[in-house]
Amino acid sequence: MKPAPFRYADPSTLDEALAVLSDEGAGAKVLAGGQSLLPLLSMRLAAPTTLVDINRVPGLDSIEVTGDGVTVGALVRHNALLAHEGAAGVQPLLARATANVAHPAIRNRGTTVGSIAHADPSGEMTSVLALTDGTVSVAGPGGVETVGWRDFFVGPLETSVSGPAVVTAASFPALPARSGTAFAEVARRKGDYAVCGAGVVVTLDADRRVERVLASYVSVGIVPEVHDLTEAVAGKPVDTADWAAAGELARTLVEPDTDIHASADYRRLLVGVLTERTLRDAAAEAAERAA
Amino acid sequence: MTTKLFGEPVRRREDARLIVGKGRYLDDIGHQALAAAFVRSPHAHARITDIDVEPALDVEGLIAIYTYDDLTGPMAEPLPVLIPHPQLTEPRTNYPLARDVVRHVGEAVVMVIATDRYVAEDAAERILVSYEELPVVVGVDAAVEAKAAVHDDVPDNVAARHRQETGDVEPVLAASPHTLSFTQYIERSASMPMEGKGVHAKWDADDRSLRVYTSTQASTSVRAAVAAKLDLSLDRVEVIAPDVGGGFGVKIVHPWPEELLIPMAAIALQAEVKWAEDRREHFISSAHERQQRQDITVGYDDEGRITALDVHVLHDNGAYTPYGIIVPIITATQLVGPYVIPVYRVQVDSVYTNTVIVTPYRGAGRPQACYAMERTMDRIADELGLDRAVVRERNLIQPDQFPYDHQLTFQDGRPVIYDSGDYPGLVDKLKALVGWDEASRLRDDAAARGKHLGIGMALYVEGTGPGPYEGGHVQVLGSGKVLVSTGLTSQGQGHETAFAQIVASELGVPIEDVEVTTGDTRRFGYAVGTFASRAAVMSGNAIALAARGVREKALRIAADVLEVDVADLEIDEGLVQVKGVPGSSIPLRTVAVLSNPLRYAFDEAAKQATQFTTHDDSKPPVAEGDAPGLEHRDYYSPLRSTFASGAHAAIVEIDPATWEIEIVKYAVVHDCGNVVNPMIVEGQVQGGVAQGVGGALYERMVYDSDGQLTNASYMDFLMPYSSEVPDVVIDHQTTPSPLNPLGIKGAGEAGVIPGTAAIASAIEDAVGRRITSMPISPTELYDLVRNPDSEKTAVAAGRAGTGVMA
Repeated sequence: MKPAPFRYADPSTLDEALAVLSDEGAGAKVLAGGQSLLPLLSMRLAAPTTLVDINRVPGLDSIEVTGDGVTVGALVRHNALLAHEGAAGVQPLLARATANVAHPAIRNRGTTVGSIAHADPSGEMTSVLALTDGTVSVAGPGGVETVGWRDFFVGPLETSVSGPAVVTAASFPALPARSGTAFAEVARRKGDYAVCGAGVVVTLDADRRVERVLASYVSVGIVPEVHDLTEAVAGKPVDTADWAAAGELARTLVEPDTDIHASADYRRLLVGVLTERTLRDAAAEAAERAA
Repeated sequence: MTTKLFGEPVRRREDARLIVGKGRYLDDIGHQALAAAFVRSPHAHARITDIDVEPALDVEGLIAIYTYDDLTGPMAEPLPVLIPHPQLTEPRTNYPLARDVVRHVGEAVVMVIATDRYVAEDAAERILVSYEELPVVVGVDAAVEAKAAVHDDVPDNVAARHRQETGDVEPVLAASPHTLSFTQYIERSASMPMEGKGVHAKWDADDRSLRVYTSTQASTSVRAAVAAKLDLSLDRVEVIAPDVGGGFGVKIVHPWPEELLIPMAAIALQAEVKWAEDRREHFISSAHERQQRQDITVGYDDEGRITALDVHVLHDNGAYTPYGIIVPIITATQLVGPYVIPVYRVQVDSVYTNTVIVTPYRGAGRPQACYAMERTMDRIADELGLDRAVVRERNLIQPDQFPYDHQLTFQDGRPVIYDSGDYPGLVDKLKALVGWDEASRLRDDAAARGKHLGIGMALYVEGTGPGPYEGGHVQVLGSGKVLVSTGLTSQGQGHETAFAQIVASELGVPIEDVEVTTGDTRRFGYAVGTFASRAAVMSGNAIALAARGVREKALRIAADVLEVDVADLEIDEGLVQVKGVPGSSIPLRTVAVLSNPLRYAFDEAAKQATQFTTHDDSKPPVAEGDAPGLEHRDYYSPLRSTFASGAHAAIVEIDPATWEIEIVKYAVVHDCGNVVNPMIVEGQVQGGVAQGVGGALYERMVYDSDGQLTNASYMDFLMPYSSEVPDVVIDHQTTPSPLNPLGIKGAGEAGVIPGTAAIASAIEDAVGRRITSMPISPTELYDLVRNPDSEKTAVAAGRAGTGVMA
């Protein structure tokens, strides 16, 4: 379990990083936290010709919080985002989902943006980017482009980024008014990739009736998806809405796969259970924020 | 006496070293050594048609490439069948490097030596091996179907039919008031030590000697195997087990191909060579255990007393049988547990499959045996509507029945005669510890919280400390330091502490003066190894006997010097003194100096022993039959194994929405006779329970039908984290063994044995559906409870309100 030979570059500016990526072509890979990439290298499942280590590039390690949302730089570690109260205040899903990302040692090194760029459908933050209708910033030779999550995720471990490019940030819009969120998952062991995870946003209208219900799942489907569950509970008063019905609806919308840890049927069961459970919590939060 | 440390919870002296990175593990040795990497078979069963090394030859740093054709003499022969047995009629072992046919994914085909491991893997990646794929056998059912053969000359795939019987079972079954028959399965798991295997070899050309470090549980036997296979005289070979990062059984197997190939390369290349196994290699080329199919028929009376037991086991031994049929024998003979089984017949068919070999993993056939027996007890209780504890109690061997002869032959070729025990005492303590009689209230409380609660128990008896022998050497130096050595190895169990406690207590010296060395053939050449919960029993007693020998000699010399009778002397805190006469004493270190008559005074202390300072010229300086030095070597060789016992109970809560299973309480009552160090024993029990929980709920080897291991990483092989292992409440019972001087029984494996049985029972109790296959995961439990054809337990059918989901 030793990586195949590769060249290593540690540029000190973004332009320099892009220049190296441009020179090295398709064989080059960007290294940030390395928590997914390095095991792939060691098992020789990936053999890039060059690793472009962006850890010395300045300006990529900040969390910017405005009333509109949270922008997370490419070198922000999971634990930094997890501990960021300002970010949690504007978009509570960030901390709630990040708490489920692996273990402390991995969260100390791994980056939020790296896990999004890795595009693993088992990743919590890919799902959160989708659920919040977020975007990523992709820097290339022609400048920085903002890419919406639907255009970004192409397939399992596959994004639309091509050519020399660095994903420099991910932006998560703020939680809308009169809204609440929740995130929960079932994993075989604490900190493992989820067998199934669910993140939800419930938005109420001015009369505390359900206006909108969105859900996104982890380890269900090949790319992150957002499911609109509003029809199951639309217009219902928040205190009496039938969240189980929303869970039932969710079960009919997903297309989970079977793997060695869970059958597709079991994942579908969990989609229903976790949807109902998270919606109850999110609705309670929405009601509180609407008060 | 202040030095009486036997039985005290002395803190483990090795831990400071091991937990701050000061341990010396295999890969800490030989940073400049050449490195080996292996090309391993990607196929479960295939004929090698060509090996093309040409593309690797221009890799810079490549030193050598070996294939089977490069092996000569004994190295070109199959690896030894370590433990032959008359019923192992078709033993098969692999070659150090595959010859013609590979029989499991991971079998070593080519060895590459290069300047470092990176380069070695670069070269290995370029070697092209061509294969013609052959039909693959996976699982015991496929093995006995025998549509394909793992070995051409074993068409039925049966390596051994191990059979034992204590009487004519069929008429007794026919005459029994009740009988029941059932089939159940248990899956594979594995030892999975944090440190994989590893070998470092260095050939000293001038001295013509070989030093081998290997992460093993049996250094003396590796030494003998290396000498034999490489045509070296034993005195030219030394083998050392450095700090070993866990073994759990897999490292008792030897010689692993790498343990021979690395020394072979070191000699051929006249260089230091090292191989440190990586995790994927460990998954696919070391050893697994546990897969069995069990067909059980039991006869019993209206009270639930067993009249006869008939068991047929299919045991998956993987592709080869280097460790013989030890695991099948242990399953066959330990199955009877703490119970009176009037007539017992067992047959274990050990079958070949195209998978990694099966050799002992902590418990070694006992978890399966316990699963068979204890689930039988549960079934009887369910059929008769009796409490599961009551059925067990009615079948227990009683305290006045010891020694109890089961009329079976154990893994050491010796009779299964239980030496001592108090099994009703175990059950009483367990029921109190876990709250067995409060289960229905707990069930109601859990139901009010929307959870299904279940409770289960399992009992076991474990044969520990099998022979043939271990030895110990104790030597007091003129400095007062006490050197202790034994040949068996340590993998983190706390031997340094436990053996030092024994010597400090026996000899009367401060424990700080005692230094313990294990597993180093330079220090002790005769040993068997560390397995079968035997280190404390075997080496512990040998070391105690050696310490007693030293004490006897020390008292004899001191009595001479002090001109008193030996009976008037005692040793305490390293001082030999006349009882009741303070000041009339001689330090043990001085006795050590005087024990070695000298001509040359190399230091101040030595002057006391030189020829013009010692007097009595009526006797030779070293008396006839005596030897210089204050040291003694002794051996302990038991008549037969000693039998430890215990009882576990688990309470589980199941979420009927997600079918997640949580162990909310786990109770252990444990009896290993006299305890050297209760803290170490409890640590062993805790660790064992962790592996028991792993085997019951998390771990399995997921082979697909092509014989590919699909979860060969720590990401997908779900060894439980500390977050999945429950806190364990432990109670001790002490029935000393009459078989050995210290009255101790082994404790190393106990914790793992009943886990699968107890947890299966608890889950079955919670959901009211029969559990017939373990381990079980939430996705499988969901399938079970929603399957209209899955069997409901009688208890569940009679219990109102069990929320079994249709």
